[in-house]
Amino acid sequence: MTAHAQPILSARGLTMEFRGFAAVKNVTLNVQEGTIHALIGPNGAGKTTVFNLLTKFLTPTRGEITFRGDTITKMAPAEVARLGLVRSFQISAVFPHLTVLDNVRVALQRPSGLATQFWRSSKTLAGLDARAHELIDAVNLSTYAHLPAVELSYGRKRALEIATTLALDPAMLLLDEPMAGMGHEDIGRVSDLIRRIAKDRTVLMVEHNLNVVADLCDRVTVLARGEILAEGTYDEVSQNPAVREAYMGSEHE
Amino acid sequence: MTIAVKNPTAAPDIRTPSLVFGLVAVAALLAAPFAFYPVFLMNILCFALFACAFNLLIGYVGLLSFGHAAFFGGAAYFTAHAVKEWGWEPLTGILLGVAGAAGIGLVVGFLAIRRQGIYFSMITLALGQMFAFICLQVPFTHGEDGIQGVPRGRMLGIFDLSEPLTMYYVTLAIFLFGFFAIWRIVNSPFGNILKAIRENENRAVSLGYRVDRYKLGAFVMSAALAGLAGGTKAIIFQFATLTDVQWQMSGEVILMTLLGGIGTMVGPVVGAGLVVTLQHYLAASDFPVTVLIGVIFVICVLVFRKGIVGEILALLNRPSKKV
Repeated sequence: MTAHAQPILSARGLTMEFRGFAAVKNVTLNVQEGTIHALIGPNGAGKTTVFNLLTKFLTPTRGEITFRGDTITKMAPAEVARLGLVRSFQISAVFPHLTVLDNVRVALQRPSGLATQFWRSSKTLAGLDARAHELIDAVNLSTYAHLPAVELSYGRKRALEIATTLALDPAMLLLDEPMAGMGHEDIGRVSDLIRRIAKDRTVLMVEHNLNVVADLCDRVTVLARGEILAEGTYDEVSQNPAVREAYMGSEHE
Repeated sequence: MTIAVKNPTAAPDIRTPSLVFGLVAVAALLAAPFAFYPVFLMNILCFALFACAFNLLIGYVGLLSFGHAAFFGGAAYFTAHAVKEWGWEPLTGILLGVAGAAGIGLVVGFLAIRRQGIYFSMITLALGQMFAFICLQVPFTHGEDGIQGVPRGRMLGIFDLSEPLTMYYVTLAIFLFGFFAIWRIVNSPFGNILKAIRENENRAVSLGYRVDRYKLGAFVMSAALAGLAGGTKAIIFQFATLTDVQWQMSGEVILMTLLGGIGTMVGPVVGAGLVVTLQHYLAASDFPVTVLIGVIFVICVLVFRKGIVGEILALLNRPSKKV
């Protein structure tokens, strides 16, 4: 891994206070380009808050975020997505009553400049079908292309979400608990998928399943009570006594 | 696990019946003035278009506006004033009404779309009331009297609108134009994004869509089409009054859309037809029409929540869902 390259995403001194309660305290995080980086920590550690801060769904009380050298601290979430920093959600983010094909096409519409025409027939979107089918094939959902997303299994919804995200060809993906609530079969499938898409992109993921983290991730940041506890490879952080204590401690609660 | 895959070729099957239904409906509308009082029919067409415009927002974007009377009644004032005081040709007068309604829609929408759910509705209600108050105060609306005696004139210098049948066919043409405009917007690339925003707004944001602009766009389109209905009504009835800008009118259009079926193309037309017909036939009797409409509304909420057309469509679609 290119350990000395410029970080693609970097947060410095990130703090988020909700009515005086600091959910995230002074978090500094650098994600190197081309890596799979994990953010782990016990429940309530502030992982999802950090995620929302990085993708601008929340604005930090203090701190600065840069993406590929641009400061994005004050940007609107849609603008960050346009720069190529695209997120997923903990609760599967699909358009439930659109078909699998339509879900992916919605993502393709904006980059193709086919999103604002209200005077044209939606048949003009047929031109996006080839690319949409390619993306659907890539996540093994071709059989279900004409099924409403709501009827897919949980793992397949996640796969669809990834296909939709990839339609934007983002430089960096932020996946919020991609394996949450998933069965064995699905975990294997989504792990393979993440490994595949990370070949030419950067991935930052929040994940509870430590086997997945050990298996997939180049670097791990451990968060506890809103602060960074440790950072390193999985082996390094799993040996760290502070990390062990944080995890053990939380299990008693 | 295996999931039964729906036959992809099954989807276009709905088109032929829709087309047949559409042609029959248009033929019926063309023949209607020979069987019914044309002014009554024109009243239905105006409210049907108003309800369709309202439905564009609630049915396809999921925004409940409680201030749509401002666009409907506002346009009626603009059109009536332009035609009566400035001697404008009626179609140009109606277009001014449309532009005016779009303008008010831009301001109201800009302020309201920043909030969601009930807060959105409350802001549209407040701004609608503010607009009604302005209409009561400014001199050009003539306060409680309204603008009376608006000449129908000759549309484009050719069609003499004082002829009831000519007026009817012009109204029908305007209605059909508005209806198909809405159909086009709903089934366009833009409409596709609106549906996506309604389905999952955060996801649309995370895909880089500036959802506020889409909502505002839809809001202005809905306001403009409501204005088209209001401006046309001012020409038909030859007046514009406070009745059309007040909150009761906003409530009425919600009721019509709800009764007919939110999010269906034909529902608002059916709902408007039902409400206007009831008002028409009960106007002469002593029975208070609001009581009956209230009862129908309660039944609608309790028994057929999808509205008349919504329930029918649900019944028709039920067997195919089990495939």
